[in-house]
Amino acid sequence: MMRFLLLFSRQGKLRLQKWFTPVSDREKKKVIRDMMLLVLARQPRSCNFLHWRDLKIVYKRYASLYFCSGLENNDNELLALEVLHRYVELLDKYFGNVCELDLIFNFEKAYYILDEFLMGGEVLETSKVAVSDSMEEADTLQETMEEYMSKPTY
Amino acid sequence: MSDVVEKTLTALPGLLSLDSQPGSNKLSSSSKLGNLIRGITELTSKHEEEKLIQRELTSIKEQVSSPNTSMRQMKELMVRAIYCEMLGYEASFSYIHAIKLAQQGTAREKRVGYLAVSLFLNESHELLLLLVNTVLKDLQSTNLIEVCMALTVVGQIFPKDMIPAILPLVEEKLNHPKEIIRRKAVLALYKFYLIAPNQVQHIHNKFRKALCDKDPGVMTASLHIYLQLIEENPEGYKDLTTSFVTILKQVVGGKLPMDFNYHSVPAPWLQIQLLRILCLLGKNDQSTSEIMYEVLDESLRRAEINHNITYAILFECVKCIYTIHPKSELLEKAAKCIGNFVLSPKINLKYLGLKALTYVVQQDPKLALQHQMTIIECLDHPDLIIKRETLELLFRITNAQNVTVIVDKMLEFLRINKDDYTTIDLVGKVAELAEKYAPDNEWFIETMSTVFSVGGDTMQPDIPNSFLKLLSEGFDSVEEDRKLRLFAVDSYVSLLQGEPGKLPQRFLQVISWVLGEYSCLRADLEVDTVLRLLAKLLDMKTTSSETKSWRAQELQHLSQDPELRARVLPRHTGLEPLEVDSSLSFLDGFVSEALAAGAAPYKPRHQRQEELAQAKALSLEPYGLSLPLSMSSCSITDRQSPTLLSISSGLSGNSNDLSHKGGSSSLRLDGVKRVWGREGYLAQREPAEESAHVEVPSALRSPSQQGGADGSHSQTPTQTPTPEPELEKQQLASSLFVGLGSHSSVCLMGKSEPTPQRFRRKARSPASSSGASENISHSLVSPPITGLAAANGSCDEELPDSDVKGSSPSLIGDDALVAADPAPREEPPKDLLLSSYLPAELSGLSHSEITPLSSDQSLDLSACHVQKEGDLVLVVFIYNSSDSDVQQILLQLDSEELEVSCECDGAVGGARGHSVAVCQYSLSVKRPSVHVELVGTVSYQFPAGTPQSGQFSYKLPLSSFIRPLTLSTEEYGTMWLDFSHDTKQNLTLISDDPEPLAASLSVLKKKLQLHVVEIIGMEGIVACRLLQDQPCLMHCRLHAGTLAVWLRSPVPDLPDCLMYFCQRALQEH
Repeated sequence: MMRFLLLFSRQGKLRLQKWFTPVSDREKKKVIRDMMLLVLARQPRSCNFLHWRDLKIVYKRYASLYFCSGLENNDNELLALEVLHRYVELLDKYFGNVCELDLIFNFEKAYYILDEFLMGGEVLETSKVAVSDSMEEADTLQETMEEYMSKPTY
Repeated sequence: MSDVVEKTLTALPGLLSLDSQPGSNKLSSSSKLGNLIRGITELTSKHEEEKLIQRELTSIKEQVSSPNTSMRQMKELMVRAIYCEMLGYEASFSYIHAIKLAQQGTAREKRVGYLAVSLFLNESHELLLLLVNTVLKDLQSTNLIEVCMALTVVGQIFPKDMIPAILPLVEEKLNHPKEIIRRKAVLALYKFYLIAPNQVQHIHNKFRKALCDKDPGVMTASLHIYLQLIEENPEGYKDLTTSFVTILKQVVGGKLPMDFNYHSVPAPWLQIQLLRILCLLGKNDQSTSEIMYEVLDESLRRAEINHNITYAILFECVKCIYTIHPKSELLEKAAKCIGNFVLSPKINLKYLGLKALTYVVQQDPKLALQHQMTIIECLDHPDLIIKRETLELLFRITNAQNVTVIVDKMLEFLRINKDDYTTIDLVGKVAELAEKYAPDNEWFIETMSTVFSVGGDTMQPDIPNSFLKLLSEGFDSVEEDRKLRLFAVDSYVSLLQGEPGKLPQRFLQVISWVLGEYSCLRADLEVDTVLRLLAKLLDMKTTSSETKSWRAQELQHLSQDPELRARVLPRHTGLEPLEVDSSLSFLDGFVSEALAAGAAPYKPRHQRQEELAQAKALSLEPYGLSLPLSMSSCSITDRQSPTLLSISSGLSGNSNDLSHKGGSSSLRLDGVKRVWGREGYLAQREPAEESAHVEVPSALRSPSQQGGADGSHSQTPTQTPTPEPELEKQQLASSLFVGLGSHSSVCLMGKSEPTPQRFRRKARSPASSSGASENISHSLVSPPITGLAAANGSCDEELPDSDVKGSSPSLIGDDALVAADPAPREEPPKDLLLSSYLPAELSGLSHSEITPLSSDQSLDLSACHVQKEGDLVLVVFIYNSSDSDVQQILLQLDSEELEVSCECDGAVGGARGHSVAVCQYSLSVKRPSVHVELVGTVSYQFPAGTPQSGQFSYKLPLSSFIRPLTLSTEEYGTMWLDFSHDTKQNLTLISDDPEPLAASLSVLKKKLQLHVVEIIGMEGIVACRLLQDQPCLMHCRLHAGTLAVWLRSPVPDLPDCLMYFCQRALQEH
């Protein structure tokens, strides 16, 4: 299970934080600081995995942004790397050629997308189409239960 | 200010219309948030940012509390508040408004409100209670989006105590027509299960329904719950194995809709989840494992695309194959797969390859050999993470021959490492290896000194504690103990003469203790010198008061009576408190000062150890609460029972590792310390060990030879002359991987013993000198070729059953196995013949096979042992094969582990030509060891001839000394608390029986003569005693398909030895 997901810039500015287990504010600050220290110090051709306390850290850099996730000990690092990648793909599909600025100005959207993709630290929906569908639905926010039920089934 | 708000409001319609279009961010630049963000990016200093944000927050605060602010404005304000919080500025005033927004807003505003709540509040925040009603309402909403939002927030953050309030509604959602809602409901229940498992216990059948959902997404979500459930109780879900296998088959076969593909790999997340579940189900369970072989094979085969996600699947596959009951064909494929990882140029894959190797290396050491050159390269990798992982791998393959090289590498890493967590972990590992495998005193002390200096004050306190315990308790020989202590004193004195200011406090404490206790061993060392050195430490400003109080007390010790301390202390003196009857006035100042400063008052060593033992007993006691009332009662027993504390990993290294982190590793210390003592001496003294190594496959000797032997896998150039650095690497390789090959041929047959090394120290005879391998397959080590006239009549340890054969059914139940004569030579008096010479009082009892001890032209010596109820008798038969009479036969028996008392004073007298003389000895155990050995000399004289003599040895398993101990459950309960030596291990269960616990215990009872006191549900208690009257108690519990055994005894090492025999007995069954 993923414990947390952080997005931060090369300059060490936090862009998004998601905690999947209860963490105190003080601890959050410490984790964020440690992650930036650790990840930003990595040399270019190093591997994408780190250890931090008893957690596995999997991070990947996309353009100017670092995506960094904390995993439990029996999680699969490669799979986590693909979770990060799929999240980037989802952002890309939603924003269209996503860049850091999109995430700065529309960070709440980035959270919504994440909520459709992951829940409780586990993958909820892997299909790009399905995630963007539910984003669209939520964005239009019109459909009601009655309307859904009256739709022809497929 | 209100102007600005107005302006923003007029812009809102445009904002909204664009907002709903995916992919637009242009407009936000004119919003208030956009202004804020741009404002911040234009700033140059942190101070300015602070000022700006504070201004922003004041304005937000003003607006949120204004009654005129609409929900729409509130939403906008909330987004800004979230942004400020993300930058690290607190906006707690807005929390209540976030909840309000979620409560009262329209769906769109609600969404922001929920997001703000989940970002602002943590699970224990009191405001969260206000959210419960909102969630309840939204769960019942007809608007699907609102239901979704409510489920999302429930899965993210919800007060534990309020779960019952919404549980029925969430449950109901499992039947919702829309799959996304069912999915979210399942994951919300998963979350509930994680934080409050007992509250969702009653809906387990609903989980099954979710597992059978027609939407694969819902089914996938339910697997998260199942993984948890199965992890806790694999036995309860074996019936689902076929279903999981079928699902995986369908997924792998591409039967799912394309939607579930990820980069054209079908549902990889689902595949991996299933593989993990199968891994748990198939562990230690052959029949279940057999169901999954086919699909695992298929998964391996199908995963061919060169993509990370395929490798992720392969990695889980390999892990699964190596965890479940082994199948050689699959293991081969998995091994090849690991090769692909290790040899990959991609650094991430290499990393995982190392991880996989670490996971499997104890079962399959050959793999490490195959990849030795890659491992060496990784050891020098610039990326510390790779290096660290490689050391982890080396840690698992450490043995007595490569320990110095590996520990060297670890210390090298420790010196450059900066991460505390890694240091603590690695320091623990070095200390463990040093204690287990140290080749000599100097190396041990020096390594431990480095450990103490590098580990500093962050290291686990049990490292110095166990080190001191080891020094004080000693090992086998007084002389060696003295040498070790002496060396410690020497090296510490020179350290103190250097720059003691740089040493960590913990190390200084160790140094002062050692100098206080043992500096008297060094006769030429002036007490004054030591006193001066220690006093200098006292004066140092940096010294902590705790250290000072240690030191002051040691000083006091020292200065008391140098004469007393100067003599070589007998073995046990070290354990007794010294009598100190006067106090030194010049030190009182220091002591009282230290005490005043809050230092703990000095406690004598025995008291410290007692307290330590008590602490241990308190925290780990399984019977403290439940016995003698009832063992089966309630969860208290469960929570405190040994299995939950011991780590049930198949890898011993792994469990050591974990127990380190847990800090409760008294087991490790007890089990390990004597290994070290013996190990060191064994290696030096016994030339026969060398001959054993020659038997090791030649692959070990040099990597290039191995390259030839291993053909396809080796990357070592075989023919081309090797360049210099390459040669260096090869040398390193041969020093690192020495001693690994000996078990390689067993790897495919099954899993290796969980803790083979532990028993090394017990092995004394040349046949078993290559320790670890001996436990796995005796046949790999060739029989001893001793040039001596004496043959070693050892009871074959492979067949503990067979060392007793006889008539008494009370002592032995299964005598079907008869060992082949270890030395099939011409032996005039055959077994049957000799057994007729057994003394009459022993003839009715069961006796072991009569084994030849030695023979020369005139005397043949044979022996057997007879089990009496309260005694073990060794009978030596001396057969005079010559024609003339032999006189003055003198037998001398000696043993390090045994007390030998002779009923005939060793003098047999004489034996006429072609006749047999018999001599009886009564044996009792001084110090338990898996196999105990007697060494003897026989001397005799012919009437007209020179005195002759010969040597022999006799070996017998400790199990011969085990007798049942009959007691009641209550007695057991009280005894259990008193015993301080213990060991824990998970053993194979006899699983083909409907009642595995009872079956396993009855096997133990039959083979080892244990007394089963009581079996209650999943637990059983068993007792036995070691002759004469040394009890050992056993607590067994079914856990995760294994028998979790906890042994306790007042006798050191007895639990370890008994554990060994239990393990053997169950495996052979």
